[in-house]
Amino acid sequence: MIDLVWLVPFFPLVGFLTILVVGRKLGEPKAGYLATAMVLLSFVTAVAVYLELLSRDSESRSEVVNIFSWVPVGDLQIDMAFLVDPLSSTMLLFVTGIGALIHLYSVGYMHGDPKFSKFFLYLNLFVLSMTLLVLGSNLLVTFLGWEGVGTCSYFLISFWHTKNANATAGKKAFVTNRVGDFGVMLAMFLAFGAVGSVDYAVINDSALAGTMTQATATGIAALLFVGAVGKSAQLPLYIWLPDAMAGPTPVSALIHAATMVTAGVFLMVRINPVLGAAADWVPMLIAWTGAITALFAATIALTQNDIKKVLAYSTVSQLGYMFLAVGTGAYVAAIFHMVTHAFFKALLFLGSGSVIHGMNDEQDMRKMGKLLKFMPITASTFIIGWLAIAGVPPFAGFWSKDEILLFALAESPALYVVGIVTAILTAFYMTRQVIMTFFGEQKWGSHANAEEAAHLEVDDAEASAVPEPVTHGAHGEFKPHESPPTMLLPLVVLAGLSMVGGIIQLPSLGFIPKSMQHKLLDWLHPLVEFGEGPEQRGIGEAVIKDTWAYDNKVLLIGIAVACAVIGIFGAYLVYEKKRIKPVEPELFASGWHYDRAISWFMGNPGRKGFQGVADFDGKVVDGTVNSVAALVRETSNQVRKGQTGYLRQYAGVIGLGVVLLLGWFVVIRGIL
Amino acid sequence: MAPLTEMMMAGLVAAEDSHGGAIAFPILTMLVLVPIVGAVAVAISSKRRPEIAKLIALMTSVGVGAMSIWLLSSFEMGEAGFQFSSQHTWIEQWGISYHVGVDGISLFLVVLTGVLFPLAIVGIDPHHDEKPYLAWLLMLEAGVMGSFLSLDLFLFFIFFEIVLVPMYFLIGGWGYENRVYAATKFFLYTMFGSAFMLVGLIATAMLAREDLGRLTFDLVEIAEGANFAASTGRWLFFAFAIAFAVKVPIFPLHTWLPDAHTQAPTAGSVVLAGVMLKLGTYGFLRFGLYLFPEAAVWSRSLWLTLAVIGIIYGAIAATMQKDLKRLVAYSSVAHLGFIILGTFAFTSQAISGSVLQMVNHGVSTGALFLLVGMIYERRKTRQISELGGIQKVAPIFAAGFMIVMLSSIGVPGLNGFIGEYLILLGSFQTARWWTVVATAGVILAALYLLWAYQRVFHGEPDEDNAKFPELRVKEGLVLLPFIAAIVFTGVYPKPLLDRIEPSVDALVEHVVENSDFEHPDYGSQCGNFEADHEGEAAESHSDEPAEHDPADTNCAADKNGAHHDDDDEGEETGE
Repeated sequence: MIDLVWLVPFFPLVGFLTILVVGRKLGEPKAGYLATAMVLLSFVTAVAVYLELLSRDSESRSEVVNIFSWVPVGDLQIDMAFLVDPLSSTMLLFVTGIGALIHLYSVGYMHGDPKFSKFFLYLNLFVLSMTLLVLGSNLLVTFLGWEGVGTCSYFLISFWHTKNANATAGKKAFVTNRVGDFGVMLAMFLAFGAVGSVDYAVINDSALAGTMTQATATGIAALLFVGAVGKSAQLPLYIWLPDAMAGPTPVSALIHAATMVTAGVFLMVRINPVLGAAADWVPMLIAWTGAITALFAATIALTQNDIKKVLAYSTVSQLGYMFLAVGTGAYVAAIFHMVTHAFFKALLFLGSGSVIHGMNDEQDMRKMGKLLKFMPITASTFIIGWLAIAGVPPFAGFWSKDEILLFALAESPALYVVGIVTAILTAFYMTRQVIMTFFGEQKWGSHANAEEAAHLEVDDAEASAVPEPVTHGAHGEFKPHESPPTMLLPLVVLAGLSMVGGIIQLPSLGFIPKSMQHKLLDWLHPLVEFGEGPEQRGIGEAVIKDTWAYDNKVLLIGIAVACAVIGIFGAYLVYEKKRIKPVEPELFASGWHYDRAISWFMGNPGRKGFQGVADFDGKVVDGTVNSVAALVRETSNQVRKGQTGYLRQYAGVIGLGVVLLLGWFVVIRGIL
Repeated sequence: MAPLTEMMMAGLVAAEDSHGGAIAFPILTMLVLVPIVGAVAVAISSKRRPEIAKLIALMTSVGVGAMSIWLLSSFEMGEAGFQFSSQHTWIEQWGISYHVGVDGISLFLVVLTGVLFPLAIVGIDPHHDEKPYLAWLLMLEAGVMGSFLSLDLFLFFIFFEIVLVPMYFLIGGWGYENRVYAATKFFLYTMFGSAFMLVGLIATAMLAREDLGRLTFDLVEIAEGANFAASTGRWLFFAFAIAFAVKVPIFPLHTWLPDAHTQAPTAGSVVLAGVMLKLGTYGFLRFGLYLFPEAAVWSRSLWLTLAVIGIIYGAIAATMQKDLKRLVAYSSVAHLGFIILGTFAFTSQAISGSVLQMVNHGVSTGALFLLVGMIYERRKTRQISELGGIQKVAPIFAAGFMIVMLSSIGVPGLNGFIGEYLILLGSFQTARWWTVVATAGVILAALYLLWAYQRVFHGEPDEDNAKFPELRVKEGLVLLPFIAAIVFTGVYPKPLLDRIEPSVDALVEHVVENSDFEHPDYGSQCGNFEADHEGEAAESHSDEPAEHDPADTNCAADKNGAHHDDDDEGEETGE
């Protein structure tokens, strides 16, 4: 069965090619269903592969499937080969599973779009690339998928390309990601020089065996982390992800929340032995980058009014948690949070898409409110997602976040504090979002508050560089409507997963049966051993067994729950009860001016510098060439003047020459 | 010029007749000769029946293309040396012979030339004076073919120079506003470089006489037999290098290129980018490294530096161009910088990458010029600011442009990436910091092309652009081979690499033997964890064929090439 793993990328490839050729003929909704079916088949294959792996003993769950020799030059032998092991299997399951659900959702969401079939063309291409990324048995195959998902992301962000902002957002995503790719490429070159291969097996084995020098391991780990920072939208390269919300909402859910953006985390876990062999500053850098990004993005999310922007910053923040986990050695927790996050964030994004759909393309939460009545299923599933992300037990997010915080405290109290503050903020901004959207006052249709209406009008005027939707949320008579079943089914399924997802990695607490604890750890275990030197290698919680944090696990759980409650209750007081005036500092709303500063830099000194180079080329380099040519021409022009055609002049010159020559012979040489 | 060439070739044919009885079919000679005959036939065909000229040109170029494909199919894989070679004495007293041959380095350039010309002839309409246009185009093909096939210094020089003439007339006669300026600049600039080469090659032959015992211009004989003193070799190398550096072009000798490209008719640009620039990069490999390995190694930091400057500088200059064609021209400066970088890295991967990238650049940039030409045909402008929103009205055209553009950016899965990747990976091992800077150029490539794409294709079309016609069937058919090559090479480059690599390896060996350059040591830090830890990470038992067991490929570098020929395609996926 494992030999058939190539079917996982193969099905979306078939879907892609079919839609490429006959997509227009298929049209709506056939193209959509075809694409969905292909991803579903991938999912079925992934499940079969998973079951096959499960039936083996844990030592033989790793296998390489060769497809063909891809780039063979001398010592460099790179195969198109897939590595099937518990890690890639886990990734495949949620990528194809959530992928299939989002495909189905898109059939409803993209209804009536003139480029309906093209959308599914890109989506299938994306799933193809993502599965290649996950399955690659060497860095180059992963990089193929890595760039493939980036390119699809570019296509899909600028899907409605007639609007310039969308086109710019797509370009920004691609170029920013390329900065990260720079790191990945150099890491591959370094690895090849050091171990003669870019296969994960060789790289990881060399790191584990200790033959790879610390300098090399540090270099590879740090450079791959640069790539991960770009792809997974961490500081300082996160700027593309909020703009990426310009794409259709299913794209935000699939690519910019559940799957592609987690690729960086996946890559770090994939090469975790190298992280272990690297200098200590690399994991520290990763942990702090993650922690600071988590906090930073959470502060911005507090003040956003666009329903998708809140979720976008929230995604950046949650990815920060995952890097915090990677940096503290909690690889299992990172993957665990990746999976639960995929469930609840996809759910939240799809829910927001359903809201946007029901509100006729309105995205401003200030024009929503009281939607619970009109969109009961969307609202109730969204609420489940909210509880999951806020860290309320027993929903999925609670368990994974808790495990990350446990490792963070074991590593450093400072990291823990940052993590816990972020957790409060997360609960707060998500509650704010739920209240503004589904509860509170009804802000659409008619205005209870004329002043606010006027205020909204102003906002509209500012924001209406884009063509307004036909019925605008704030005007006209309309009722929000619940979405069609194709959209609701994925919501319900994801809500279920968000509720029970934590089951895959329950902590070792007294009341949980032993057989239910740490399922994910047992599953991933051979791949995530780490530590310095063979004798210190530990598995999972084994490495933090002697810490204070480990001994006080129950207390930590209490603190985490308290934080969630504080965040939720705080937001309830501010936004529902209006007891406290909301504080939404301009600094947060504008994203700490970071994005603007970069844009300014690129637009002004950057652009001037580039223009300077272009001018230099025209004026100095080419100018020199033309001056040389001009010099030759001028010289010949001057010389040419001698050629007058007058005999007398020539005779005169000849005479003069004779006299001079004679003079020279006589006077200087002394002849005669 | 044409009669002169004709006479020369007549001489060659005579030589062939007198000596070549044993040769079955002089395919290489035919590759050069057929376009010349075609050019003459076009030139003497009736002025009133331009369709006859067109038919002759078409048949000639298609015939040459077919022959080049046949050459490819019968090329012996795994052979490092020259194949299909034939040698005939030409000017005996000077040791000049007609010596042609093809190896892995020139093979795909020959095929590219053979395939590119018919596409250019079919796909692009010159609008006026078809007859001389086609004749010049065929002459150009003969010159380019001859340059890639020559194994005699003098013969190479003649072809290298012949190429200039048709190109001069093509730019000057069928180009745009500033065509005369551009054509003159192109001609003089290249002639300036060639003058050095002429002196250099005569000096080379003269000085090699001592070692060889006789005067000869034969490339292989001189390269294998002559042993120049370091200082002499360096002078000679630079004489050649200047000619090639202008042709490539290497910064700061590149400014003729944007002018020539912008002003040339579309077919001229396609051929210029597709194959003519490669005369420079090919020259470096064939005549620079092969003849003067010591000098090439000695001066490598200069070339690496100029290459890296070209990559970054060309990309930055491209970003700010307002003229779409000029933008593509500057992108060529950057792309060729990569090829030079790989050439002077002296590793098998880097040089194989360079050779592959010569072909890739020909395909991708050729196709880009073709597309820009189509835009000009439709809108009569190349100014980016006057275009916009084209994707909305011509989505298929935009999709074609997108694929070609992604190839040029170097997105994996398409051809450009494979070449760039090999170059950078190979160069990193021997020229680390240069490569780090060069890799940053990959970011810039995305920037300038995507920005241009956005301005031309995205957004809402204005009135003029709203009438932009969709890709026509004929145009699509011309574009299709380019796209097929782009995708095929990206997904399955093995057939190309297998043919390129042996010759490149031989060249690298030649450089290592004749200079103080040493192979980098790959994989010294490779270790197998299995040894001290049982049942670890990637194991592959079961019914997997043993030769692809990763434990086997572990530390493959130690076994140096043991992996080479056993790639029976891992066909186990089929069932």
